[in-house]
Amino acid sequence: MSVKIDETLTVECETGNYHTFCPISCVSWLYQKIEDSFFLVVGTKTCGYFLQNALGVMIFAEPRYAMAELEEGDISAQLNDYEGLKRLCIQIKKDRDPSVIIWIGTCTTEIIKMDLEGMAPKLEWEIGIPILVARANGLDYAFTQGEDTVLAAMAHRCPEPEFCSRERKETIQKVFAFPSREKDELDEYANHPSLVLFGSLPSNVAFQLNLELRRQSIKVSGWLPAQRYTDLPSLGDGVYVCGVNPFLSRTATTLIRREKCELIGAPFPIGPDGTRAWIEKICPVFGVETKGLEEREEGIWESLKDYLDLVRGKSVFFMGDNLLEVSLARFLIRCGMIVYEIGIPYMDKRYQAAELALLRDTCIRMCVPIPRIVEKPDNSNQIRRLRELQPDLAITGMAHANPLEARGISTKWSVEFTFAQIHGFANARDVLELVTRPLRRQRNLEDLGRTTLVRKNNKF
Amino acid sequence: MKLAYWMYAGPAHIGTLRVASSFKNVHAIMHAPLGDDYFNVMRSMLERERDFTAATASIVDRHVLARGSQERVIGNIFRKEWEERPDLIILTPTCTSSILQEDLQKFVDRASIISDSKVIFADVDHYQVNEIQAADRTLEQVVRYYLDRSHRQEALDQFVTDVPSVNIIGIFTLGFHNQHDSRELRRLLRDLDIEINQIIPEGGSVEDLKNLPKAWFNLIPYREVGLMTAIYLNKEYGMPYISTTPMGAVDIAEFIRQIHKNIDTLASSSSNKRVDYEPYIDAQTRFISQAAWFSRSIDCQNLTGKETIVFGDATHAASITKILAREMGIRVSCAGTSCKHDAEWFKEQIQGFCDEILITDDHAEVGDMIARVEPSAIFGTQMERHIGKRLDIPCGVISAPVHIQNFPLGYRPFLGYEGTNQIADLVYNSFALGMEEHLLDIFGGHDTKQIMTKNLSTSTGLIWNPESRLELSKIPRFVREKVQKNTERFARQKGIQTITVEVMYAAKEAFST
Repeated sequence: MSVKIDETLTVECETGNYHTFCPISCVSWLYQKIEDSFFLVVGTKTCGYFLQNALGVMIFAEPRYAMAELEEGDISAQLNDYEGLKRLCIQIKKDRDPSVIIWIGTCTTEIIKMDLEGMAPKLEWEIGIPILVARANGLDYAFTQGEDTVLAAMAHRCPEPEFCSRERKETIQKVFAFPSREKDELDEYANHPSLVLFGSLPSNVAFQLNLELRRQSIKVSGWLPAQRYTDLPSLGDGVYVCGVNPFLSRTATTLIRREKCELIGAPFPIGPDGTRAWIEKICPVFGVETKGLEEREEGIWESLKDYLDLVRGKSVFFMGDNLLEVSLARFLIRCGMIVYEIGIPYMDKRYQAAELALLRDTCIRMCVPIPRIVEKPDNSNQIRRLRELQPDLAITGMAHANPLEARGISTKWSVEFTFAQIHGFANARDVLELVTRPLRRQRNLEDLGRTTLVRKNNKF
Repeated sequence: MKLAYWMYAGPAHIGTLRVASSFKNVHAIMHAPLGDDYFNVMRSMLERERDFTAATASIVDRHVLARGSQERVIGNIFRKEWEERPDLIILTPTCTSSILQEDLQKFVDRASIISDSKVIFADVDHYQVNEIQAADRTLEQVVRYYLDRSHRQEALDQFVTDVPSVNIIGIFTLGFHNQHDSRELRRLLRDLDIEINQIIPEGGSVEDLKNLPKAWFNLIPYREVGLMTAIYLNKEYGMPYISTTPMGAVDIAEFIRQIHKNIDTLASSSSNKRVDYEPYIDAQTRFISQAAWFSRSIDCQNLTGKETIVFGDATHAASITKILAREMGIRVSCAGTSCKHDAEWFKEQIQGFCDEILITDDHAEVGDMIARVEPSAIFGTQMERHIGKRLDIPCGVISAPVHIQNFPLGYRPFLGYEGTNQIADLVYNSFALGMEEHLLDIFGGHDTKQIMTKNLSTSTGLIWNPESRLELSKIPRFVREKVQKNTERFARQKGIQTITVEVMYAAKEAFST
């Protein structure tokens, strides 16, 4: 059977009327990642209520984040912003004593043009705690791009390589728990310029990726962000950097332009195919020949067999809200699924170039047409397309999940992919665990019939 | 600018959206940046709503900031009209977009000239009112809009129904147990032979609003939302209203008697026969509802004099306080509400039923108060439940804001006679079952838990070293908290940071002399 394959990759653009989380939600995972940080979201009740509802029980766990809630006086500039922020930051310092305070600028601070970037250095000097500013607002960004703005701000604070003392190196090693085998180390690692990975991952996942590169005798000299703010990696001329998440284009740009780092463009280590391609892009840069990768990938695919049987031939529709869509779609196509549409909030074709190329190659390899990629999708158009296509699975936000389920379309909340561990060889199973969950439930409930549970069935 | 971790009520537009999406075939458009449409998530997740929430955002982005949003807002209004054919489209700003000070009213005026749907602008000031106040206003605005319109068209039928009938105003989406309460109220009214003219906004149609004046009078089960509408209907159409919440046997009786009074007033002019509800109240209270008997049973005796704290919205906090104090003989050490705008009413309601009154929307103040009083049980919102968890005090949830577990599938009204049963269960189950707890204490029981500091961590900087921690765990549970408190007080007085066993005993000596 021959399938005609369209090899050109086009990105459509719709109206941008879609549902996604506000980018300030990044504080929820970043405050946990950066243990000595405190996030102060400078915004209104709307921002606060979003965090309170989106983060659910985390609110009650004495989180290291808070709202600086703007009141009418702040909006109309009757009150002094600087004095207000100073008061709150002093209180935070007293109560929590963080190593860094990160101000999250919101839509409101943009509109009233509050000069956070101007105030931060002054206040930093006055209270003696570093203050970073990240403009993670809904006017410019979607969901995970919030992390991008924070990491881009943080990149400026990374020390330069020459200041990287021996002592510091040791802390880095301690944090990433390299076994202390000083003597072997020279043999174990190839002699290569330093490599810093960027993207916030749970520490065990970061460790797994370090280990994966160590197998290829490549040493990761640091992560942006590190577990603690005080352990930021050194950056500068001659330092190579590589991203682990597809939504970090601003950070990548900052690293190249401001920090003079060399960016390694690679697909993202999501799924065994992505992880292998990621390593295969990194190794040649350092003149290292990869070893045993093919077998390793095969081994992982072998271990996924039970899940692959479940997903093969099933169709997926990504409504798009967290920018992981292309990588996930590429992995799922490789798993034998058919992807109808990849909705995505924002597509940086340069930063995602290698990932898009891998998507194209994967489609050719699996003999399926390249799915349409829709940037800034329109949810109501998408729902119309969903009704026509009737995919086996829609990956969507929580606003649409229950209504779609009630109309007989299985859904998976896209947010879960942001919080689950999905990177590296070892976590490929977790991605499929998520993807197959609705399919498995459907199978369990199949005998009951009753797949549509709305009164007016035709009113989709 | 203030430091905030938690809020008891959301921003104004949430209230407007709750009203809009409760009506049938009404679409809300919010003028908002990307990500502000999480109301849809709340509705879809908490209410487990099967239908798409009829609320969309007209996105405010950089282009809008540069060029203004007239084109886009009007475009979105027409688009929704074309796609969904709603009866009414409500446009609302969010906190952010209201700062832009665009003349949204003008867009609405322009759109409504051409549109087949009605279009109105929910004018709520985001920096003056919160979610519940905005809901109250929006409901009144919608009702007023439709009645004024019918009035102008002279299509208003003001003749009341032949048989006694009522409107129930204020049942709506994401309300605390609203669906169950609505069902219970309908049952109660059916028992009293009263017809229901309309229930708004939940499930109501805006086109029917012109028939609101046909009811004999209005019922406002919750104070927070509906009162403005009732007052408007009273002023313009002379409709009486009852704003007593039928929660707890005493107030239900009061509620029914007010209904009686209203019917008598209106029926005396017609030939309807007089009604007598007293036998009904008596039978329900004494025999059908189990709550009155429960308060007399020996089980409830164990609750006598136990200290509690109540916190929530004005309606629920006031009613629960009265039930605990008046109907169950439990001592309410402090009752409070986050509805600061309704503080006077609240104070008046619970006068004499509690020792202290707390009006605040700062959860830390509530937390500190709970830590200070150390009640046996708390009745509050989800926030109080979590404070209780930290302090090891049980909590029954009686008011919004709530989590998904407070949208039960089973029948759990708070109003009416079945409501009294549900509340009695909730109260009884919230107290660590008296005798069991007592016996466990006496025999050293199952207490292997680590010691937790009973204060919220923001307020204490004291460290217990491992030895003193161990020592503290050896002290019998019922005096442990007191020892801990006294030791910490002593340490603070002496400026000691780390508490050792020596400090503990020094504190003991200091306080025993």
